[in-house]
Amino acid sequence: MALFNQLLLGIAKTHLLARKKQSAIAALGVTFGIGVFIIMVSFMTGLNGLLDGLILNRTPHVRIYNEVKQSERQPIEDLATYKDMAHIIHSIKPKNSQLKLRNGLAIRAELRKDKRVKGITPQVSTRIFYQAGAVQLNGNLAGMDVLEEARLFNFQQYIVGGKPEDLASNENAIVLGAGVAKNLSLQVGDYVQIVSINGSRERLKIVGLFQSGLADIDKVFSYCNIGTAQRLSGEGGDYFTDLHLKLHDIEAAAGMAEELRNSWGVNAIDIKTANAQFETGTSIRNMITYAVSFALLIVAGFGIYNILNMLIYEKMPDIAILKATGFSSGDVQRIFLYQAMMIGFVGAAIGLAFGFLASYGISQAPFETEALPTIKTFPVNFDPKFYIIGIIFALITTFLAGFMPSRKAGKIDPVDILRGQ
Amino acid sequence: MKPVLEARNIRKKFIDPVEVEILRGLDLSVMPGEFVSIMGKSGCGKSTLLYVLSTMDTQYEGELYLAGQALQGEKPNELDRIRNQHIGFVFQFHYLLPEFSVLKNVMLPALKLGLKSAEEIEHDAMEKLRLLDVQEQALKRATQISGGQKQRVAIARALINNPDIIMGDEPTGNLDSKNAQRVFDIFREITSEQKQSLLIVTHDQDFAAKTDRIIEMADGSIVSS
Ligand SMILES: Nc1ncnc2c1ncn2[C@@H]1O[C@H](COP(=O)(O)OP(=O)(O)OP(=O)(O)O)[C@@H](O)[C@H]1O
Ligand SMILES: [Mg+2]
Repeated sequence: MALFNQLLLGIAKTHLLARKKQSAIAALGVTFGIGVFIIMVSFMTGLNGLLDGLILNRTPHVRIYNEVKQSERQPIEDLATYKDMAHIIHSIKPKNSQLKLRNGLAIRAELRKDKRVKGITPQVSTRIFYQAGAVQLNGNLAGMDVLEEARLFNFQQYIVGGKPEDLASNENAIVLGAGVAKNLSLQVGDYVQIVSINGSRERLKIVGLFQSGLADIDKVFSYCNIGTAQRLSGEGGDYFTDLHLKLHDIEAAAGMAEELRNSWGVNAIDIKTANAQFETGTSIRNMITYAVSFALLIVAGFGIYNILNMLIYEKMPDIAILKATGFSSGDVQRIFLYQAMMIGFVGAAIGLAFGFLASYGISQAPFETEALPTIKTFPVNFDPKFYIIGIIFALITTFLAGFMPSRKAGKIDPVDILRGQ
Repeated sequence: MKPVLEARNIRKKFIDPVEVEILRGLDLSVMPGEFVSIMGKSGCGKSTLLYVLSTMDTQYEGELYLAGQALQGEKPNELDRIRNQHIGFVFQFHYLLPEFSVLKNVMLPALKLGLKSAEEIEHDAMEKLRLLDVQEQALKRATQISGGQKQRVAIARALINNPDIIMGDEPTGNLDSKNAQRVFDIFREITSEQKQSLLIVTHDQDFAAKTDRIIEMADGSIVSS
C-alpha cells in the first residue's frame, strides 16, 4: 500500500515537474495568500496583545464605586395609604449621598478573604485645582496604595521620569499628569500648589510624570498616596471612593460585579462591560485578517482549480491508458488531488517562510508613540499556532479546489477517450 | 483444456438517439496460447466487442469469463485489478505517457499491481523491452522515439504483468508493412513460448491469414470463426 501511494505521488510529481511554470504560478497564489495571512495575523494579534496589555493589564477587573443618583425607592412607596395607587413624582433630585463608598471597609475585608480575588486596592478620588500664580486649573487627584497599584495594575508603566517607590515613601509627593506639567511649565523635582474643593492648600513635590497617552486625561489627572488624598479631602483613614479588584480569572469579573451589586448595594462594573468597545475592536481586527486571507486563498484556490482542469483536459488520453492498464477511478482521482495538495503544500510552506521573514522585518521596524513610552518597535506575535492554522488553511483550500476536477478525472470513461482517438 | 476467455450471448445497445443494438448475442472463446484475429467491415462492432471483453465497458448483457471467473456484475475495483493483472491491451495509438521515460511507461502497470519490488519490476521491464528490441531506448522520454518504437514499447507495457490474454485493436494499423511484420513475429513468439493468448482486431488480410483462427464479424454478429 505504501509503495502504491508512492506510485501515485510519483506520477503526480512527474506531472507537476513537467509543467514547472504553471505549477509555480499556481503555488505562488497560495504563497501569496498564506504569506499575507501570516503577516496580517502576526501584526494584528501583536497589536491586539499590545492593546490588551494597555487595557486589560492596567484596568481593574471589577471597580466598586458610589455614584450620585436618585434613590430608586421614593418615600411615598413606603406609605400604606397610597400603596395601591399610581405614584407620579416630578423633578426627583439626587439624594445627598456622599462620594464615600458605604461599607467600604467591610467590603474590603470580605473580599480579601475571597479566593477568586488576586488583589484589591482602595482609591480616594477627589476634585482639586492646580494653582499656578493667579490661575487655577481644574484637576482630579487620586490617592492610592502605590505599590499595590503597581503590582496589580502596572501603574509604573504610566510614569515617566520617576519611580512608584518615590511616591510610596513620601506623603507630600505627587505624580503629576504630563499635560498639567506642560501647561504649568513644571518638571520633576519642582513643587506644585494644590487647592482642594473645601479650600485647603498643600505644596506637593513632583516625583514623576503620569503619561497615559490620552491628552485629556494627562491634562487633568494626578496621583498621590491615599493618606495625602484623604488629608486633602478632609476625611479620615476609613474614607475611600473606589475599590479596584484584580481577579485570578478575568472571566469571573461579570459574575463578581453582579454579586457585589446584589449583596452590598454598591455600584460595581466589570472590565468587559466597561471596555465593550475595545473587545469589538479586537474581534473586528481578527475578522478582517481572516476575511482578507480567506479571500486571497479563494483566489489561489481558483488558480489551482483552473490549472488542474486544464491539465486534466490535456491528460485525457493518459487517464484513459492508466485506467485501461488497471488504475482505478480512485487512483486517478488521487493522482490529481495529490497535485493540488502538492501545489498547496509547497506554496504554503514558502508562504509561511515568506510571512515569517516579513513579520520579522516588521518587528524590527521602529515604532514610537506618545501613548506607549515603553514600546520601541512594532508589536508582532510569532505564535506558532498561526503557522499551523496557515498550513491547514492552505491544505483545506487546495483540497477543495482540487476535489472537483480530480473527481471529474476519476470519472472519465476510458472507452470514450480510446474510441475518440 | 479450458478457454482463457469465454463470452456467451453478449449484447450491447447504444441509445443515440434511438436504440441500436451493436452487439447481437455473440459467443466466443479463446484457448490458452491461441492467436485469434477478428475481422469485419468498419462499424460492425469490433472495437465495441473488444472493450466489453477487456472489462473496460460494463454496459452489456451476457456472460463473460476470464480463466473461469465470471466478470459480469463484478465491482469496478475488482475489474480494474483483473484488467491490471490478467489482460494486456494494445491500441492503434500507442498512448505512452509523455512525461515518463520509456522504461517507466512499461513499469507502471506492474508498479500498480505491486507484487514485486521496484528493482525486480525494472528488471522485468528491461526484459520486455529487449524482447521487443527497444532496450536501447529505455531511458529516453516516450516522446523521443519513433512511431514504430512507440508501438513496440506499448506492447512491452501490455506484457509486463504476464497477462493471460493480450487484446489488440488494430495494433499494426499505424505501422508500415515492415514494422507490422515485426509486431506479428513478436506476437507469434509470445503465444508459442509463453502460452499467452492473443485476440487481435485487424483490417490487414495478410496479418489475419497468418493467425491461428479468424473470427469474421458483420453487423454485430459473428458470421464465421
Ligand atoms: N458511444 C456510441 N454511441 C452510439 N453509437 C456508437 C458509440 N460507439 C460506437 N457506436 C456505433 O457502434 C458501431 C460499432 O462501432 P465500432 O467502433 O465497434 O466499430 P468497428 O467495428 O471497430 O469499426 P472500425 O473498423 O471502423 O474501427 C458503429 O456503427 C458506431 O457508430
Ligand atoms: Mg474499431
